[in-house]
Amino acid sequence: MSSEILLQSLVSGILIGLIYALVAVGLTLIFGVMDIVNFAHGEFLMFGMYSAFWLFALYSLDPIYTLPLTMILLFGLGALVYQLVIRRIAEAPMLSQIFTTFGLMILFRGIAQFLWKPDFRTVSKSIVDGNISFGGIQVGTPQLVAGIGAVLITAAIYLFLTKTRTGAALEATAADKDAARLMGIDSRQMFMLAWGLGAACAGIAGALMATFFPIFPEVGANFILIAFVVVNLGGFGSVTGALCAGVLVGVIEVMGGLLVGPQFKMAIVLLLFLLVLMIRPQGLMGKAAS
Amino acid sequence: MFKFMKLMMQLALGFCLSVCVYAQQEVKIGVIYSLTGPGASTGAEMKNAVELAADIINNGAKNIPNLPFSRGGGLPGLKGAKIKLVFADHQSNPQVGATEAERLITQEKVVAIIGCYVSNVTATASQVAERNQIPFLNPDSSSANLTQRGFKWFFRISPHDGLFVENSFQFLKDLEKKKNIKVKQIGLLSENTLWGSETSKLENKLGPEKGYTIVKSVSYPPKSTQLTSEVQSLKAANPQLIMQASYVGDAILSMKTYKDLGFLPEMILANDAGFTDSEYTKTLGKDGDYILSREVWAIDLADRNPLIKQVNDLFYSRYNIVFNGNSARAFTGLMVMADVLNRAGSTDPNSIRKAMAETNIPGNKLIMPWKGVKFDQTGQNTLGSGIVVQIIGGKYYTVWPFDQASRDVVWPMPKWNQRQ
Repeated sequence: MSSEILLQSLVSGILIGLIYALVAVGLTLIFGVMDIVNFAHGEFLMFGMYSAFWLFALYSLDPIYTLPLTMILLFGLGALVYQLVIRRIAEAPMLSQIFTTFGLMILFRGIAQFLWKPDFRTVSKSIVDGNISFGGIQVGTPQLVAGIGAVLITAAIYLFLTKTRTGAALEATAADKDAARLMGIDSRQMFMLAWGLGAACAGIAGALMATFFPIFPEVGANFILIAFVVVNLGGFGSVTGALCAGVLVGVIEVMGGLLVGPQFKMAIVLLLFLLVLMIRPQGLMGKAAS
Repeated sequence: MFKFMKLMMQLALGFCLSVCVYAQQEVKIGVIYSLTGPGASTGAEMKNAVELAADIINNGAKNIPNLPFSRGGGLPGLKGAKIKLVFADHQSNPQVGATEAERLITQEKVVAIIGCYVSNVTATASQVAERNQIPFLNPDSSSANLTQRGFKWFFRISPHDGLFVENSFQFLKDLEKKKNIKVKQIGLLSENTLWGSETSKLENKLGPEKGYTIVKSVSYPPKSTQLTSEVQSLKAANPQLIMQASYVGDAILSMKTYKDLGFLPEMILANDAGFTDSEYTKTLGKDGDYILSREVWAIDLADRNPLIKQVNDLFYSRYNIVFNGNSARAFTGLMVMADVLNRAGSTDPNSIRKAMAETNIPGNKLIMPWKGVKFDQTGQNTLGSGIVVQIIGGKYYTVWPFDQASRDVVWPMPKWNQRQ
């Protein structure tokens, strides 16, 4: 096996890993702030893809140009889901919360299938079509752009959390919502913000992927399992953890598939996941439970 | 006299009523396809095809005199009983397929079941039918061992993978003989559920027997988020020809990955399924062109067979989509079922099974390029066969058998950067 192919696989793994990371960042935000596992997260990704697709199909706007719009739409959807549904189960037992988000997942898929049929769709002529070669390796331009976009957004989220007042308030709510409330932070607003941001992250990931991945109502299912693994591996609530774990999972999936055999690629990822959890149950960058 | 008249009136009324009751009688047939989930687009096409067949049988189709039952009015052998389809959704999930089959049999009281396209779902659903002794007619699953389980109530009209794989190698031999195109090194790419892994097993066995070298055999889990490592492994082995078995989502993703990684063998010979789904060409456009696929059916067969053209025109006028190998087989499935029920003359499972085993429909009554439908003891149709098609400009053209071809095969595929 030539070094070119290894290098090529490494690059491909990193690029898909960055997308996994962006999806997982949204999931980890919601969990970190609210302690709710959002099973409908893959469906936010799906709606992001459809948003990009329809803006492209109806108004010929490239998914890259409509990213801000998709982000706003998905932020709105996330906030709306919080206001209409999640707010009411914020204090409910965990089982009700799980079934609620699980139900949302099925509902969203049903809506997408009802409105847009189960057909596979793709954005056929994006401005980022084609591929770039450098140093003997070849990378699809859409993947490259998506990877860079994912890094930028993840960095933006990180900066928002660490450098702004609102971000700090969000972090405070995540750390201890009762204490934060005593400090005058409106925890409901923070919850809504977390859902909005979480959905927006998944939506952006979807829009970035719309240029190279087929779009269909069930597409979220392909990514949600990996997103859960990434969130766990990185540590619940940790943005940097999600980023590292996302890239790690992407690289291991591709390299493991190449070296051991593609039929084992997910098995290898999950094996590593189990090993990490045995040694560090809180994940790579999670804080140990007190 | 008045009394006599009254009696006659009553008799006449009674007779009328009884006729009405007979005319409204229905035979319920269960149809299990994936109506939601990853296979939903394929399932929707097949549902349309089955519905069209039922509508022709029940309400007639004047313009297609040569199609059996096209006069309408239901099944004459069952006193004009109409066909009522009861659809169930298996979501491409074997467990769901089994529970839905159970529900159709015990609650809906269907007399027979048609389905399920996805081989591993067909396997579990037909097991339920076997246990309940209800005939199961499978138009479209190609996994060879479905008819090797010693089932009494399972019948399949489509040729199976064993035959299809043999067809593929036969095609390669013919290419060498007639067109002087020599293939030596073959790479395999197959999804790893029942259908894909069996195809791969057969290819690994038959390839060397027929004098070909399998340089790489890759199997992958379906619904992958990426197929990079799969395509990379193939690229490293650099085969002349890739024989691929994928469902539609993976078929689309794999073609995009080939292109993104700048890799293309001389030819891809696909094993039907995803590559012949109408979503494939619609989604990929010119990037999906030039691949070959073994098929059971192609629209250009209509040039030679007016029956195919007439039925397809009707299908198109209803659903704005032409037939493909899957929908044509689903359509044929219900037509065969109608023929069986009509001859059985009863809805008793044993008589249906007996009539099924005695089926002998000539090829000219079918919209398939087959010699007919006739089952052996295992329940396999012995008169079916496959063809090879090539996609050019988003359309499927028959290229093999050469005497039925509507176009010459384009070989090798133009490289990615040489396409307009």
